[in-house]
Amino acid sequence: MIPKRKRLWLLLGSLAVLGVAVALVLSALNDNLVFFYSPSQVAEKHVAPERRFRLGGLVEAGSVKKNGQEVRFIVTDTHQSVPVVYRGLLPDLFREGQGVVAEGALGPDGVFVAREVLAKHDENYMPPEVAKAIKEAGQWREKR
Amino acid sequence: MIPELGHFALILALCVALVQGTLPLFGAARGDARLMALAPTAALTQAFLVILAFLALMQAYVASDFSVANVVANSHSAKPLLYKITGVWGNHEGSMLLWALILSIFGAAVAIFGAELPDSLRSRVLAIQALIGVGFLAFILFTSNPFARLAPAPPDGNGLNPLLQDPGLAFHPPLLYLGYVGFSVTYAFAIAALLEGRVDAAWARWVRPWTLAAWCFLTLGIALGSWWAYYILGWGGFWFWDPVENASLMPWLAGTALLHSAIVVEKRDALKSWTVLLAILAFSLSLLGTFLVRSGVLTSVHAFAQDPARGLYILCFLLAVTGGGLTLYALRAPGLQPGGLFQPLSREGALILNNLLLCTLAATVLLGTLYPLFLDLLTGNKVSVGPPFFNATFVPICLALFAALCVGPFLGWKRAELWPALAHLRIAFAVAVVAALVAAFAIDQSSTLAAVAFGFGVWLIVGTLAELATRLRLGRLPLRESLRRLRNTPRASIGMTISHAALGFVVLGAVATGAWHAELIRTLKPGETVSFAGYDVTLQRVDNVQGANYVAERATLAVTRGGKPFTTLLPERRLFVVQRRQVAETAIQTNLLRDFYATLGEGDANTGWTIRLYDNPLAPWIWLGAALCALGGFVSLSDRRLRIGAPTRRRTVQAAE
Repeated sequence: MIPKRKRLWLLLGSLAVLGVAVALVLSALNDNLVFFYSPSQVAEKHVAPERRFRLGGLVEAGSVKKNGQEVRFIVTDTHQSVPVVYRGLLPDLFREGQGVVAEGALGPDGVFVAREVLAKHDENYMPPEVAKAIKEAGQWREKR
Repeated sequence: MIPELGHFALILALCVALVQGTLPLFGAARGDARLMALAPTAALTQAFLVILAFLALMQAYVASDFSVANVVANSHSAKPLLYKITGVWGNHEGSMLLWALILSIFGAAVAIFGAELPDSLRSRVLAIQALIGVGFLAFILFTSNPFARLAPAPPDGNGLNPLLQDPGLAFHPPLLYLGYVGFSVTYAFAIAALLEGRVDAAWARWVRPWTLAAWCFLTLGIALGSWWAYYILGWGGFWFWDPVENASLMPWLAGTALLHSAIVVEKRDALKSWTVLLAILAFSLSLLGTFLVRSGVLTSVHAFAQDPARGLYILCFLLAVTGGGLTLYALRAPGLQPGGLFQPLSREGALILNNLLLCTLAATVLLGTLYPLFLDLLTGNKVSVGPPFFNATFVPICLALFAALCVGPFLGWKRAELWPALAHLRIAFAVAVVAALVAAFAIDQSSTLAAVAFGFGVWLIVGTLAELATRLRLGRLPLRESLRRLRNTPRASIGMTISHAALGFVVLGAVATGAWHAELIRTLKPGETVSFAGYDVTLQRVDNVQGANYVAERATLAVTRGGKPFTTLLPERRLFVVQRRQVAETAIQTNLLRDFYATLGEGDANTGWTIRLYDNPLAPWIWLGAALCALGGFVSLSDRRLRIGAPTRRRTVQAAE
């Protein structure tokens, strides 16, 4: 086969694979993007119930109540706060007063039903989103 | 004193690397043999100095020298010796030093085993290696010096992150780095080839073993990391599509593509400029992985508190390596001599399809990983792209790859017929369809995708064995004759068979665990029993245990099946005294076909303890399969045709393929 035809075949093949991939990626991005909101943004944007998102902030001190496997706590950015309910094992680094990111959706009663509470490897680590949310609420104090 | 010696050795290593990175390049350009001869000596000297620095840091850790700031921050005198040693790379500074160490050792290996390379190529490869080394050594010395002293020295250290005090994680970073840094050698070869303006079969024979070795280590490193996440994080999963996991997966995908395209360069002298490009990309993706881990720009379970200035440095370095490599490629690649011609339907064509699909996979992962970053920069919206995205994009492309994978090895070089190849695969196809149907109707009727993917796993195993059987003419010739053929099969082909079949095992394990696992969370008081997946689990008691540097609550779970004792599980919840941190230690009972998995949550005698139970079918196959996959790579590496130095010797008689 002459090189030109070969190149054409290659090009067509690559374009076909790429096209399929782009279609898959676009449809997947459309359905599966999970936005991150701070409690202030939740209040401000009136996020619809059942819409999946990530909620980040600090676990309010003294708010954690355990009842069997059900845990209730309040996530705050020191400005606004959102009550959260979670059924399951909390990550080892879950503490009152520390940063937390929970994934789930708001229930009809305005309580955030977490499907997942994310763990971190490092206790000094503050998720950047949480740091930003707290900064925006004007309550940030530089530590260290 | 010793830390200062280490520091000086590191500074000297940087100076040597600067010399090694410049003079031999001039020498190669001017044909000056004396300047070129500098390269191997410098490479050996540099390796010696970096080893010295590494040993100095290790000494500080083992002897718990708390006048060194890095030791204070990451070690403690009560830590077991193993974790004092592995603690050396369990932190940012030390892990960068480990990277520089492996880089310089690989450079020395090229210097030692590369005696038969053409002088100009060898000196250029070593010079490029040294320039990469300069980047890392300067990074260590200027932004993250592991030897910085602390005065006055505190009486004891802060201890190592408890999650890292685990044999699985202890060896995860070195293996991963062996892989990442291995791609620096192929990168150096690619750049040197572009400078030389020549890519030929001998070049590919040099690149292939290095790619193969890097790929094997990277496979092992990723598998070890996944296994660690499985039994430490206590979530029962093995892959979370976390940005940092993705960061190691991308170079693996690019490296796998490179592994296959290098075969085409070696055997058929085609796809040369594509292979060079892949070599540049594979190393760039390795660096990108380092950048993502070290800079903390992405929210990830792996994100350690990090200094953004360091991230900026690595980003600039990444731009220099990738940008420089690609610019040189754009200038020089059109000048490369095009090689052998072939029909689209041929072994070459199949390997191109493999490369296309693997690169598409890498691009998908790259997009999913970096999209949140770009969206944040452009719009300020914070988003995360989670497992559903990857399941919707990665899995279908993977299935296409798996479908083609068994057919490729049946196709001949240059031109081939599709039907005879497919005819060989009749039985494999039938077996795979039966397996998918059994999975769809007998095991789980809810997930069609899982059943299909399960069928593909079986297809990979049976299809690969069918290729081996056809090669040996099993059943057509007397058994003794087939065995003789097996002995004469080149190791590279045996390695391919092992790795391809092993991939099937990984797929089966991943599908079964991902789709068909059972999970239960329950609060139990001592004496209470819960039934789960056909087992009865009784919490007998919870004891307090004293460990080397932790105290733990240990639950005794008696598991019975149909009234008969099955096993006793002892999950723990450890409190590391120094860091005041709790870590769950899972208990896993495995029979290699399924894992029975338990973790202990918080609780006390009054309210009971939270217990999490998993029943994970075929879970061990994921990591055993991955280890087998790497083993296939090592078998292939032992092929005498790939043996280092062999390329320039007279070719030995090759068995027919």
